[in-house]
Amino acid sequence: MASLREKWAGRSVRWGRIAGRELSTVAITMFGLLLVTFLIARVIPIDPVLAVVGDNARPDVYEKARLDLGLDKPLWQQFAIYIGKVFSGDLGTSVLTAQLVTEDIKRVFPATLELATLGTLIGVSLGIPLGVLAAVNQGRWPDQIARVIGLFGYSIPVFWLGLMGLLLFYAKLGWVGGPGRIGVAWQDFVTPVTGVLLIDAAMQGEWEAFWDGFSHLILPSAVLGLFSLAYVSRMTRSFMITELQQQYVIAARVKGMSEARVIWHHALRNAVVPLVTVIALSYAHLLEGSVLTETIFAWPGLGRYITNALLNADMNAVLGGTLVIGAVFIGVNLLSDIFARLADPRAR
Amino acid sequence: MRAPDTPLEQPLLELDNLRVNFHTPTGIVRAVRGLSFTLGRERLGIVGESGSGKSMTGRAILDLIPHPGEVLADRMVYRGQDLLTMDRRTRRKLRGRHISMVMQDPKFSLNPVQTVGEQIAEAYRVHHKASSREARERSLAMLEAVQIREPARVYALYPHEVSGGMGQRVMIAMMLIAEPDILIADEPTSALDVTVQLQVLKILDDLVTSRGMGLIFISHDLHLVKSFCDRVIVMYGGKVMETLQASELEQAQHPYTRGLLGCLPDLDHPKAKLATLNRDPAWLA
Amino acid sequence: MSSWTDYLITDSPASRRQARLGQFYRQWLAFRRNPLAVIGLVIVVALLLIAAFAPLIATHNPLTQNLDGRLLPPSAAHWFGTDSLGRDIYSRIVYGARVTLVIVLLVVVTVGPLGLLIGAASGYLGGWVDRVLMRITDVFLAFPRLVLALAFVAALGPGLENAVIAIAFTAWPPYARVARAETLIIRNQDYISAVRLQGASQWRVVLRHVVPMCLPSLIVRTTLDMAGIILTAAGLGFLGLGAQPPIPEWGAMISTGREQIFDQWWVATFPGIAICIVALGFNLLGDGLRDVMDAR
Repeated sequence: MASLREKWAGRSVRWGRIAGRELSTVAITMFGLLLVTFLIARVIPIDPVLAVVGDNARPDVYEKARLDLGLDKPLWQQFAIYIGKVFSGDLGTSVLTAQLVTEDIKRVFPATLELATLGTLIGVSLGIPLGVLAAVNQGRWPDQIARVIGLFGYSIPVFWLGLMGLLLFYAKLGWVGGPGRIGVAWQDFVTPVTGVLLIDAAMQGEWEAFWDGFSHLILPSAVLGLFSLAYVSRMTRSFMITELQQQYVIAARVKGMSEARVIWHHALRNAVVPLVTVIALSYAHLLEGSVLTETIFAWPGLGRYITNALLNADMNAVLGGTLVIGAVFIGVNLLSDIFARLADPRAR
Repeated sequence: MRAPDTPLEQPLLELDNLRVNFHTPTGIVRAVRGLSFTLGRERLGIVGESGSGKSMTGRAILDLIPHPGEVLADRMVYRGQDLLTMDRRTRRKLRGRHISMVMQDPKFSLNPVQTVGEQIAEAYRVHHKASSREARERSLAMLEAVQIREPARVYALYPHEVSGGMGQRVMIAMMLIAEPDILIADEPTSALDVTVQLQVLKILDDLVTSRGMGLIFISHDLHLVKSFCDRVIVMYGGKVMETLQASELEQAQHPYTRGLLGCLPDLDHPKAKLATLNRDPAWLA
Repeated sequence: MSSWTDYLITDSPASRRQARLGQFYRQWLAFRRNPLAVIGLVIVVALLLIAAFAPLIATHNPLTQNLDGRLLPPSAAHWFGTDSLGRDIYSRIVYGARVTLVIVLLVVVTVGPLGLLIGAASGYLGGWVDRVLMRITDVFLAFPRLVLALAFVAALGPGLENAVIAIAFTAWPPYARVARAETLIIRNQDYISAVRLQGASQWRVVLRHVVPMCLPSLIVRTTLDMAGIILTAAGLGFLGLGAQPPIPEWGAMISTGREQIFDQWWVATFPGIAICIVALGFNLLGDGLRDVMDAR
C-alpha cells in the first residue's frame, strides 16, 4: 500500500508543477494582451484628453484632465496604472453610452455567450459524427460531403452567409425570427436575471417568449455553427484516421467487438483527447466571429458593442471589449488544457 | 506427441489454398499465395522473414484483412463451419470467442485510455451475458491465471502504467478470457525484453496446453519455433516452402529452410562467416 | 516534346538547374492528377488575369455613378445589376479583384519574411532566443486575431494600408511556428554541419541554407492562409474599416447592399459569391500543394 501512497504523492507533485506552468503561461499571455492593448491605446491619433473634456475645453480644464489621466507620467508608469485599473475592474467610461465600460460589457456579454455556445453545440454535435463517418468511409461519399462542408466553411464570409440566411429563411420562407434577439411584442416579458435570454425566459415560465427568442437565436447560431462544424469535422476526421490505424483498434476487433463499438467507443475515446483543444479553439473563434455576425443580426452582444464603438472612435469601449475577448480566449485555452489532461490517463 | 487429426475428433481449422491479394494502383500484390494446413489441438509454427505473408495468414483467418485486400481459398473451415460462406456478423462473433489473437506489442495493442481490467472485462462481456460484477471477477481470475500477483491493483492500471511483460500477459488474459479454441500468436514476444520472453512463453504454453487449444505461432525466430511448436510451416514470399515436424527441423531439405538455419550464429560451433540467405526466384513460380 | 520530358524526368540530371526543374515537373505531374487542386489553380489564375485585364473585362467604369439607374436588377445591360449609386456591380467586382489581390500580396510580403525569419532564427539559434521568441509567438497565438486587428485599425484609422498592417500584425505567428519546426529538423542535418565547418557565419547558414529549406512548407501554409486573409480583409471592409469608398472592395460592397438585402438582393449577393469563389480557389490550391510539396 505504501507504493500507492507514493504514487499519489508523486501525482500531486506533478500536478503542482503542471499547475505552476499553466499559471505562468496565463500570466505571461495576459501581460502580453495588456501590453498590446495599452500600446494600441497610445498610438491612436485621437487625443484621449479631448475625448474626455470635449473639443472646446479651456486650457486649465484640459491640463487638469491630462494630469488626472496620468498622461504626464513616463510610459511604464502609465502602463502600471493601466494594469492596476484593469484588475480593479475599471476599463474607463464609454463615450458612446456614457457608462462604465465594465457595466456595458456585463450587460451585453451574455447575449454573445448565448450565441457562441449554441453555435459550438451545433458545430460539435454535427461535426464529430460527420468527421467520424468521413474517417471511416475515407474516399467515399460521406468523406466527400465532409470535405465540401469543410471547404465551404473555410471559404464563406460569415457576414455574407448571415445576410443570405436572413434573405432566405426570414424574408422568403419566414421560418425564423428576423434581426434582434426577441420580437418587439415579447420585449418586456422577460426580466434579465442571468442575462441569457433563453434561461431567463425558461426560469420565469414565459414559454412563448422562450420560443420567440429561440426563433431569433437559431439562425445566427446556425451560421456560426457551420464554421465550427467545418473545423471540428475536419479535425475529427484527421484524428480518427490516425486512431483507426492503431494496433489497439485491431485488438478490439480481434476480441469480437462490433465495428460500431470499435469506432465510437475505442477510437473516438482516444481522438477526444486532441479534440478538446479543437473544440475550445472553435468556441473562442465563434466569440470572435460574433463581431461580424452580430452586426448582421442586430444582436445586442459584445461584438456589436465593439463594432459600434469602433465606428465612433470610442477607444475605451473597443479596448475593453478586446481585453474581455482576449481574457476569455486565455481562459478557454487554460480550461481546454485541463480537460485534455483529464481525458488522457497518460497526462494525468 | 499429439496427432493433428485423430479420427475421433474433427480438426479445428482446415485451410486449403489460402490466398490474400491486395489490389493497388500499381498492380496486384500477392501477400499469401496458396497456403494449406490442417490444425488440430496442437502447436503449429509459421516461420518466415518479414513480408513472407505469415501475419496476413493470421489476419485472413480472423477476417481482418484491411480494405483493398481480398481473401480467397478453396476451403476454409472452422470445426465443420464453412468460413467462406459465413456472413461477416457471424464471423465477428467467432472472433475472440472461438478464434483469438495475441499481437506483437502490448504498448500499442492495448487501448491507452481504458484501464487494462476494463479491456479484459469487455472482451468477456461481448460474448457472455454477464453483469459487470461477474465480468470483473472473471477478469481478476484471468489475471491470476497469467500469473499477475496483485490482480485487483493491476486491474485498475492504465496500459502506460504496466511493463512490457505484464502488458503482454494482460493481452493474453484479454484474448483468452472468452475461452477460444484457437489462438493465433503473432510474434508475441518480439517486442519484449529477452529476460521476460521465456516467462511469457511459458504462461502462454501452459494455458494453451491445459485448455487443449490449437495454437498458431507466428514468428521469424526459427529456434523459438523449434523449441515451442509441434509442427512448422516455412513461408517465403507468400508461399509455403516446406512443412515439417519441429523435431525434424535440423534435417530440413529445402534450401530456404537450410538457409534460414545456416544464417543463425551458434556459440558452440562458431563460424568464421555467417551465411547470407540465398533466395531463388524459382521458389515463387 | 519527348526530348523535353526526357530532359526533365531523367534519373541523372547533369546540372543543379536540371534537377530542380525535374523536381518541379514531377510535382506538377502529381499535382495534375488531383482535379480539385487543378480547379483551385484555374480560379487563382483567373483572378490574376481578371485583375490584370480589368479594363478589358469590365463593361462599365466601376466608379461612374448614374443616379437614374439606381438599384437596377440584373439585366443584359447590367449583368449583376446596379448598386444604390447606379454603379455597375459586375464591373465593380471585376475591379475588386485588383483590391483583393493587392491586400493579399501586401500581407504575404510582410508576413512571410517576418514569420520565416523569426521562426528560422528561433529554431536555429535555440537557447534563450528561442524561448523568448516562442513565448512572444504563443502570446500572439492566444489573441483573438480579428478583434485585435479591429482594435488596431480603429487606432490607426480606417484604410487599405492600415487594414493590411493590422492583418499582418496578427497573422505572423503561425508562420513562425512552421518555420521553426522545419528549422529544428534541418539544423541537425549533416550538410548544415558541413557548411558550418567551412566557417560560414550563423546568419549565412540561416539565410542561405535554412530559410530555403523551409520555403516549401511556408508556401503551402501561405496558400492555405490566403483564404483566411481574404475573409479577414473582407470583414474589415464590411465594417467600414478596410478600403474606403469609392474603392470597389468586395466586403465593403456587401456592406452597402445590407440595407437593401430584402428588396434588392443582388447588391450584396454577387460580391459575396466572388469572395467565396476566390477563397475556395486558394483553399483548393493550398490543399493540392500540400499533398504534393510536403507529404507530412
